[in-house]
Amino acid sequence: MRYLPLDEVDRRHMLGVIGAPDIDALFADVPAPARLSGPVNLPHAAGEIEVERELAALAGRNRPAGAGSFFCGAGAYRHHVPATVDHIIQRSEFLTSYTPYQPEIAQGTLQVLFEFQTQVAALTGMEVANASLYDGSTACAEAVMMARRVTRRRKAVLSGGLHPHYAAVTGTIATAEGMDIVRRPAAVDGEADVLAAIDSETACVVVQTPNVFGTVTDVTAIAEAAHAAGALLVVVTTEAVALGLLKSPGEMGADIAVAEGQSLGVGLNFGGPYVGLFACREKFVRQMPGRLCGETVDADGRRGFVLTLSTREQHIRREKATSNICTNSGLCALAFSIHMTLLGGTGLRRLAEVNHGRARTLARALAGVPGIEVLTPRFFNEVAVRVRGSAAALVEDLAGEDILAGVPFSRLDPAAGLDDVLLLAATETTTPGDIDALVAALSRRTA
Amino acid sequence: MSLNSVGRPTRPAASANDAGFASLTGGRGLLQDEALIFERGSWEGTGVDLPAPEAGTEDLAGLVRAQPLSLPGLSEPETVRHYVRLSQKNHAIDLALYPLGSCTMKHNPRLNEKLARLPGFADLHPLAPAPAVQGALALMDRLAHWLKTLTGMPAVALSPKAGAHGELCGLLAIRAAHAAAGQTQRRLVLTPTSAHGTNPATAAFVGYDVVEIGQTADGRVDLADLAAKLSDEVAAIMVTNPNTCGLFERDILEISRLTHAAGAYFYCDGANFNAIVGRVRPGDLGVDAMHINLHKTFSTPHGGGGPGSGPVVLSEALAPFAPTPWVVHGPEGLKLVEEAEGEAAQAFGRMTAFHGQMGMYVRAYAYMLSHGADGLRQAAEDAVLNANYIKARLSGVMSAAFPDGPCMHEALFDDRWLEGTGITTLDFAKAMIDEGFHPMTMYFPLVVHGAMLIEPTESESLAELDRFCEALLALAGAARAGDVERFTAAPRLAPLRRLDETLAARKPRLTWRPAEPGVAPAPLAAE
Repeated sequence: MRYLPLDEVDRRHMLGVIGAPDIDALFADVPAPARLSGPVNLPHAAGEIEVERELAALAGRNRPAGAGSFFCGAGAYRHHVPATVDHIIQRSEFLTSYTPYQPEIAQGTLQVLFEFQTQVAALTGMEVANASLYDGSTACAEAVMMARRVTRRRKAVLSGGLHPHYAAVTGTIATAEGMDIVRRPAAVDGEADVLAAIDSETACVVVQTPNVFGTVTDVTAIAEAAHAAGALLVVVTTEAVALGLLKSPGEMGADIAVAEGQSLGVGLNFGGPYVGLFACREKFVRQMPGRLCGETVDADGRRGFVLTLSTREQHIRREKATSNICTNSGLCALAFSIHMTLLGGTGLRRLAEVNHGRARTLARALAGVPGIEVLTPRFFNEVAVRVRGSAAALVEDLAGEDILAGVPFSRLDPAAGLDDVLLLAATETTTPGDIDALVAALSRRTA
Repeated sequence: MSLNSVGRPTRPAASANDAGFASLTGGRGLLQDEALIFERGSWEGTGVDLPAPEAGTEDLAGLVRAQPLSLPGLSEPETVRHYVRLSQKNHAIDLALYPLGSCTMKHNPRLNEKLARLPGFADLHPLAPAPAVQGALALMDRLAHWLKTLTGMPAVALSPKAGAHGELCGLLAIRAAHAAAGQTQRRLVLTPTSAHGTNPATAAFVGYDVVEIGQTADGRVDLADLAAKLSDEVAAIMVTNPNTCGLFERDILEISRLTHAAGAYFYCDGANFNAIVGRVRPGDLGVDAMHINLHKTFSTPHGGGGPGSGPVVLSEALAPFAPTPWVVHGPEGLKLVEEAEGEAAQAFGRMTAFHGQMGMYVRAYAYMLSHGADGLRQAAEDAVLNANYIKARLSGVMSAAFPDGPCMHEALFDDRWLEGTGITTLDFAKAMIDEGFHPMTMYFPLVVHGAMLIEPTESESLAELDRFCEALLALAGAARAGDVERFTAAPRLAPLRRLDETLAARKPRLTWRPAEPGVAPAPLAAE
């Protein structure tokens, strides 16, 4: 077995040093009825060639985004990732290191996290950011529970533009913690619908911009209403590239900003691993979930970085911790940070403008197709359209022509009664030819 | 000075830090100091060439940032150098033994990295229609089959994103099962003092009150204490097995019998499953739910703190409450059940936006196929053998916390042997850094004073184990000989000396901020 360095001579020698007659003696504490006498019923060891063959065959039965015309978004976006990013994250010292609990020999990871936190704070317009959470959806749930700790109130109001899976994750986790979740009906341009549900019991209001239908909203007035009621505003962004162009959550009065960072550096990966961005106002820092990296000095007075404020965390505080999270998304945070370092503020804004331009081209082309109505009034790189009949059936049909035409809203929220709504995203990877192929195929069906 | 046969010095006359040598520029040879990206000049630059936008942003009037985003952008060569320099300040399993107990730092096969990057996996959208993702669903289905077979459990929820997320998933399933049975008075979770911090944190997160179970002198759950604390108010016990002392719970069958007799569920923390894969099936121990850290047992890389992956295997009683999504076989191939309706009506909800950590599934499945049923069993045996070898070699000098009987995959020592030396567990661990090893897990589990928990994993050769043992024995000799400063001043050969963690917490500086625009802030100073 190529991954196991010991041979039978080693094993016999070691058993001798231990003073055990055989390996079974080391498993003597296992109760006899629970001991397996031999290997379970699964295939035996395989060489690289066989393993690669099986996995390549499985991969070959999938249709990757890059194989042709592709418009899926809805919380996961296809972007070009510079080759440098994947090269660096495969360096042994980043890939095969553990959580940086021994800072003297983990300054590489720690400095990256400090830079990452600074980048995320700038992107979201907030004062502090943590070292990442699992993904945007779990970050959203953590934000709601943090709002409960800060306000000591139990009610959260979720907008109808919040990604339905984010609402489901938040509902699952926050309800278990005893929170009362009020979710507004799905609405293309309805972030302000939350206003009517804010009251003196409200811990937080959760809005999304661009929302799941692609609509961009200035939520400043919602922030003011939430604050007037003593509630916090949580702003969710599922497309991190938008943060390079649009008003930041902080600029609009958010108290907590959470985002899915997958768009920068990470890739689609069929839904994971991704990287949850979590930022907030500095006054709430001791209520934050997850790891934080901070600056300090070493015994010789040299600058260094450590994981800090760990009295919030489970390994110190146990049942009194702010969250149960331990593992975060370190390597994806590294990928995000490298991509962000390559782009810089200038490059990210340019990337955002390219995305927006492609989406305008897409929206214009779709508006010209008979039977298709563009619903999103103000968009970044994604639009919702109304089609004739079932959007899910249309998507399956077009997949037969090798066009992945987007995500039917019913896939995210079948109970919303929006079976004829289709979400389509365009990014810098979308070509004019992709849009032409889509429009031609749609026109054939709707003419 | 020692010389080799051709007269070349094999060892410096004195260690570099003792020589009083200083370079002219503050440079330290290959060890490059590296500024933050924010301390460079190029705030307007970018290392990515992009086309011109094909349309303007006038349609977003009033919605665009008032001040453009200000972050530095570096060219590609500057970026590569920045991160390579930083990388060289990290310890890594690829460099040397990384004996963190409970963390399972084993070799990460590069084949798995290659396969996870196949476009069919890496460039696949999670919401692409089912016909476009049949291979991905098949991989999830096969991974589930392996996990169920290895654990002897009938169901698995793949989507949890890490171990603690898996614990949350397991407890939510348990809560839902009790609720369905009208057992809402069950408000307590029992867990040993030696448990991982995530166990009580997760129980509290779900709204349970945590009650600690005592431990026997030989490091196991105190059955009498467990029996006394079980009642119809107990929802579940959370027990790690092998436990955090590195010991198999000999009375595990009685633990599960008592738990079930009280109407509670047995949540097993599966962080240490790597010790028993292929030799023991948790399903045969009466476990109702157990998370499996794919980043421990099945070798997906730790990546400096994640991403992980924490699938949860479930018993027959808990399976109906598993969160969506999961994969089913249908007339037109595989598909995902994504909504809590129909066959999934009892699902307790959803753990994450999509389907979990596909990138980790690919790596873990490749690891499983490579090892096979026989290789996985051998890996567990070698992990246990290596830990017992270390325990045997060090026990004469260091004090094993539980000297009698074998340990499992990790060897636990306490600090009795350091008594009177003026050296703490922390000092000893920091001195290991100067010898080229990562410290072991320290001060955990909490039940052992000055704990040193050593987990070598199956990835170490006998030669590397001997090198490690000899380094620790040499350090132990120095400790006993009164060479105190070697420990209290350690590390001296690391990129940095000991860091002031108190200062970091008292004056949190979590982001870089200019003192005024364009001016670097004054360095923090210890007081």
